[in-house]
Amino acid sequence: MPLSYISRRLFHLLLILLGVSVLVFLMLRMIPGDPAQLLLGEYARPEELARLRTQLGLDRSYPIQYGIYLQSILRGDFGTSVRTGAPVVDEIGVRLLATIELSLAAMFIATLLGIVAGVISAVKQYSVFDYGSMFLALIGVSMPIFWLGLMLIYLLAVKFPILPMMGRISMGLEAPAVTGLVVVDTLIAGQLGACGDALRHLLLPACTLATIPMAIVARITRSSMLEVLNQDYVRTARAKGLGEAVVILRHALRNAFLPVVTVLGLNLGLLLGGAVLTETIFSWPGLGRYVVDSLMGRDYAAVQGCILIFAVLMALINLIVDLLYVLLDPRIRVHA
Amino acid sequence: MRKIWFSLVLAMSLAPVMALCAEQPVTGGTLIWGRGGDSVILDLAQATDGESIKAGIQIFENLVIFGKDSMDIEPQLAESWTVSEDGLTWTFKLRQGVTFHDGTPFNAQAVYDSFARVIDENHPFYGYGKWKYLSLSLGQVSEIKVIDDYTVALVTPKPYAPLLNNLALWLCPILSPQALAEHKDQIGLHPVGTGPFKFVKWVKDDQIILERNEDYWGEKAKVDKIILKSIPEPSARLMALQSGTVDIADDLDPDSISLVKKDDRLAVTERPSVNVGYLALNTQKPALKDVRVRRAINHAIDKETLIKTIFQGLAVPAKNPFAPSIWGYNDAITPYAYDPEQARKLLAEAGFDHNAELELWAMPVSRAYMPEPVKTAELIQAYLAAVGLKAKIVRHDWGTYLSKTANGEHDMCMLGWLGGNADPDNFLYGLLSADTAQTPGAANVALWKNATFTELCLQAQKTFDKTERTQLYLKAQEIFHDEAPWVPLAHSTIVRCYNKRLHDVPLRPNGLNSFQMVWKEK
Repeated sequence: MPLSYISRRLFHLLLILLGVSVLVFLMLRMIPGDPAQLLLGEYARPEELARLRTQLGLDRSYPIQYGIYLQSILRGDFGTSVRTGAPVVDEIGVRLLATIELSLAAMFIATLLGIVAGVISAVKQYSVFDYGSMFLALIGVSMPIFWLGLMLIYLLAVKFPILPMMGRISMGLEAPAVTGLVVVDTLIAGQLGACGDALRHLLLPACTLATIPMAIVARITRSSMLEVLNQDYVRTARAKGLGEAVVILRHALRNAFLPVVTVLGLNLGLLLGGAVLTETIFSWPGLGRYVVDSLMGRDYAAVQGCILIFAVLMALINLIVDLLYVLLDPRIRVHA
Repeated sequence: MRKIWFSLVLAMSLAPVMALCAEQPVTGGTLIWGRGGDSVILDLAQATDGESIKAGIQIFENLVIFGKDSMDIEPQLAESWTVSEDGLTWTFKLRQGVTFHDGTPFNAQAVYDSFARVIDENHPFYGYGKWKYLSLSLGQVSEIKVIDDYTVALVTPKPYAPLLNNLALWLCPILSPQALAEHKDQIGLHPVGTGPFKFVKWVKDDQIILERNEDYWGEKAKVDKIILKSIPEPSARLMALQSGTVDIADDLDPDSISLVKKDDRLAVTERPSVNVGYLALNTQKPALKDVRVRRAINHAIDKETLIKTIFQGLAVPAKNPFAPSIWGYNDAITPYAYDPEQARKLLAEAGFDHNAELELWAMPVSRAYMPEPVKTAELIQAYLAAVGLKAKIVRHDWGTYLSKTANGEHDMCMLGWLGGNADPDNFLYGLLSADTAQTPGAANVALWKNATFTELCLQAQKTFDKTERTQLYLKAQEIFHDEAPWVPLAHSTIVRCYNKRLHDVPLRPNGLNSFQMVWKEK
């Protein structure tokens, strides 16, 4: 893999971030609503508003505000949250890891079940399994996450209390903070009981979040597999006398993977940014809710920080997807 | 058979004992408190949101405090106080033998540092925070004097009787000076007070953990720990209460509250709050200048129906600018009856132009005093149409709404007051005097400028005798009623839903309580 390609992409990333920072900066200030006014609410008094605006630097011109912002970002300082007074980096860190843990778990479930269902449906086209799983996939795509989450809580946490309904770990248990991913941290610390507890907490929200991407992955895998299974090289492989499992897994699936990988990459991006509903229903202390709360309070520094982080993550996911293409399909070459 | 009889007799003889046990407070256990969101900051002098205040008042104490179930002032860290003859100097005798959670002693210097950091730009801690709502806290104080280790004096430039209520608000906590010096601008993440609970840990957007302060100066807290758990989705919060995952669930919607009432294991306490929701009539607009038009609007709106439909019964109709749970309330006033006929008559007398369309501004956010602002606006619009007054609903985002109404750009606007310091002054002077009707930044969004009314409020600020002050406020409320600058709509009912295994759960009219005495059955 040419390193020059990767470094060029990373350089592009810097340009993208600069563009994103300008856009977000301007968009936030174009939305009506003054942070000082929102912070003080009904009790706001003109002299207090003026004082707070000065303290927050809102009385300066936009170019100067942006200049100060850019300068501090370059020093690695994302600013201080207007609402909490804490550094934005600290505020984002823990929450981002909570969101990443949830998204990865959902992604894992969606990918595994989605691909298995897609492959079986394609191989056994027009079978009961095919119809059944594609019907489920259709329901999955159209299911309101909100409703599904609440139903899962009601059934599996209240009516038949077999799973916990909220949070990342039982109240009272504690994971030593190493990676910030509770499941991993408890495992590292050798606390198997706590790790199991964290996994049980992860199960309902991850399944809820996985529903839509799982359905998409299943449908894409199916159609992509169907296309590949009719190709000449699959017939050749069969003709060579290879076992059906090898034909499907090595020859067909690998070639059917390109569109699936694209969808997976897009999905992961969507999951990271779109977990707000799931996080809200399951009281999951993630970044999605934080972005919404910050936006409602016009907490400029916080929103800007979050969007920049999302931009970096999206760009990195895209890069990884592109690199995976090269690995999967030898015909794709990188132009150095 | 004998065995069964024996068990029955045993059970019957034990039953009263067990019942007695249930009434006897026990120590220990963890109270899990489900609420709609996380706290924002745990330095209460910088806090503006209810969730921060709820958690913070378990940790911090003030010089004086409101009663457990009332808004009357009681001593807390100050044992007694006196006001000088000229009404300018308040001297507080402080409680001795109190320590902060970090082991440092509570004394006059701690009061000085906690207060001076907010009002004195030269104090070393001044720059460590963004101090909020000075008009409700120490804005009227010009000097803080340390007389001796346990005596502190506050000086105001003019006599200001409501100061005591300000000091009882969350905005005036006493913090450990050592913690202030150590944590600087991050003090909001490391609260150190003198209260019955100590801060242990805060996982943002998830939970705040507090534990009993074993060195507390007063009666020690009953539960070992409080976990304040953020459960943003109201249905999930209800299910958490029903399943016993949490002991208390805050801010449930009316439908959930009726479910809780039907559940034998759960309890609901209700109490009239100190807030008020109102429709302000901009008295500077030509159409609303005539008092007959304003009275007509008051007659046109049926508050009973509003409360039944929008508040689902969880409110009482308002006739004065503040709630009956606050002293000085004028109960002798006869409210404007719902009388569309009378309204039409008054409009006709005033020669009201029925082709004119008035703007009715609807709040974009819901508040305890206005749970469904848009539906409320639609209902009011329909009532006004019924008497021949056309109203157009106008909406803005919250920040814009507040600044535009404070600039007097509306004809009629919906707004409310969460209760402030629960002193009549806060409502009457703060929201209705000529002094606060100056645009931009008017708190008196009716822009109503009545000299007699304002004079009564100013007089009351200088009057330290509560009976005399009450007389002034009773008179002021009569003028308010006559002049009708608002349609006072409702005072919402405050509700606390909890599991019956909890006992002695307090509920102050502003909903903010220390949970020191709450105990949990084993």
